[in-house]
Amino acid sequence: MDPQHAITAENIHKSYAAIKAVNGISFIVYKGEVFSFLGPNGAGKTTTVEMLEGIRKADSGRINVLGEDPWHSAIKLRDRVGIMPQDFRFIERITPKEAIRYYCSLFGMPDKSSELLELVELSEVQDVYFQNLSGGQKQKVGICLALVNDPELVFLDEPTTGLDPKARRKIWDLIRKLKSEGRTVILTTHYLEEAQMLADRVAIMDHGRIIVEGSPADIIQKMGKGRKLIVQYTEELFRHLSEVLGLECSRSGDSLSVTVHSNRDVMDVLEFADRSRIELTSLSLKEDTLEDIFVDLVTEQEESQ
Amino acid sequence: MKLKNIVADLKIYSRNYMRSTTAIFFVFIFPLILMLLFGSIFSGSTTSAVPLYVQNLDTSGNMSNTFIETLNSTHFVDIHMIPDNVNIQAYISQHSITAALLIPANFTSDYSQGQHISLTYYNNPAVSTSSVAQQAISVTVQLFNSHFANNNQTVSVASTSVTTHAANYIDFLIPGLIGLVILTSPMFSMTYIVSSYKKDKIFRQLSLTPLTKSEWFLSKFIWYLIISALSAIMIIAVGTLLFHSTLSISLLVIPFLVVGVFMFTSLGILAGSVSRSEESASVIGNIITFPMMFLSGTFFPIAIMPSWLQSFAHVLPLFYIIDGLNSVTIYSNYSSATLDLAVSIAVAAVIFVFTVLKFSWKEQ
Repeated sequence: MDPQHAITAENIHKSYAAIKAVNGISFIVYKGEVFSFLGPNGAGKTTTVEMLEGIRKADSGRINVLGEDPWHSAIKLRDRVGIMPQDFRFIERITPKEAIRYYCSLFGMPDKSSELLELVELSEVQDVYFQNLSGGQKQKVGICLALVNDPELVFLDEPTTGLDPKARRKIWDLIRKLKSEGRTVILTTHYLEEAQMLADRVAIMDHGRIIVEGSPADIIQKMGKGRKLIVQYTEELFRHLSEVLGLECSRSGDSLSVTVHSNRDVMDVLEFADRSRIELTSLSLKEDTLEDIFVDLVTEQEESQ
Repeated sequence: MKLKNIVADLKIYSRNYMRSTTAIFFVFIFPLILMLLFGSIFSGSTTSAVPLYVQNLDTSGNMSNTFIETLNSTHFVDIHMIPDNVNIQAYISQHSITAALLIPANFTSDYSQGQHISLTYYNNPAVSTSSVAQQAISVTVQLFNSHFANNNQTVSVASTSVTTHAANYIDFLIPGLIGLVILTSPMFSMTYIVSSYKKDKIFRQLSLTPLTKSEWFLSKFIWYLIISALSAIMIIAVGTLLFHSTLSISLLVIPFLVVGVFMFTSLGILAGSVSRSEESASVIGNIITFPMMFLSGTFFPIAIMPSWLQSFAHVLPLFYIIDGLNSVTIYSNYSSATLDLAVSIAVAAVIFVFTVLKFSWKEQ
């Protein structure tokens, strides 16, 4: 295995009865990068991540995590990998501080509870039973436990789901910090802007396959449909731009979204509005985001099924 | 296996446990309530036939048979014969019998000569049914004297206690309640814990740490051993101080405590492992626990139950734990206790093997 590779997966398959959850995927995760799995529900993200974590056994294919087979060498990997599962739960009447101390003794680490609680801003509720914590606070306990053993590779499965915007930002800062410390982070998320902002590379999955893989910027450049000019909707504008100028237009409520391929297209829209004495009250130019591409890709996949 | 991991897990588990009022209630308060309730309810009689063992040494005579037939016709007792070639006291001890009647060899000849005949009634006053048998014998003696002996007090009965000390009902209840704690404290908790840990994926979480399944199991076993022992000490203390129990408590209670807790910790884990949800785990747990709780001789001797139910009691693992505790504390019948312990160890081993096969932290 290339020493620069944190994970290599070759043609891995996993089925549950008649359902093919993962259908022959291959990818590489480099050391020190944030790699994100994206996809709609049931795309196979969690199954893939669980196979990498050594929790689930692949039906076929080869997986190598930090030089080990995660299913057969789970014990060897335990000290080097940190895992925060989706929808993290813990023993009901145990406090965050006690949970971290418990993990520290299991991993043979000194007591890191104060440091970790401070890192995720949980110090205020360190003595509250787990069952009485909010959803976001529970997730944060999960992150603390994933970091107890000072791991080289961290799996974060939907770490910000259910968090308020401020708490999400804190987790983003934490992920950036983990990356700056040279750790590899596998991030599974529903939030496309989160992946676009944090991930070095993403893999978009659907129906058990990786449909596209690369850095968010590359994917947008390769697969984006260009820029969109957004102005207020009028019947006259819509008809002229689509029928006379042949531009791709779509209406969304009071807005009209026009796909433009060059500055000339932008000028044409403005000139027509001027000639027709349409007073533009809103005007903005927007590039495709990872979310736009994701929605298009997933829709295409669904239509082709 | 690392002691450090067992201690860390024991620490976290005991904290969680001690913070649960329900768990504390069932281990320490519930047995006390039962002791108060059953201590007052089980004070006397029962309407069903009770077992009475009879040894008839008057092998050639027919009057002794007439006496037995009269006794049988009262319908208060269910007569079982003891062979005439064995020592009745040894037989009583070996079979943990609570009521037995000895008819002397010269019954018929003494009767025909009008001489006084003395029957001996061996009974355990701790068992409420023994007084029923005694009443049946007294009635029979009166009938026999009035019909066959012209109201002369030819036949009389002398009572002898079959236990080593004068026992009362509370002495019977105490081993039963200890058995109850050995059963319920690990069973209810482990069934719930295993199914909820499965649902909340806490086992998956633990499988990612250096803690092993055996260390986790051992810490649970140690914990339930500690609290069952504490609860047993409390039951004995309250029984002695409040109800003046005179039970002979010996160190031989400990093997039953250890084997019982091991058996029911395993069985609780097994029940939680095979169930698909917390709800089904609770149903499976209750189906296993409740019949055992009432039919294993916990609150009353199984001898008063119909014979088909007695046979059923013999397949319940708790029966052997309670029977063993009774043999040690009430009857000082160590050969019977050894047999009970051997059966319990075998049952515990079988349950443990199934638990090992079914209890998994990982998903395929």
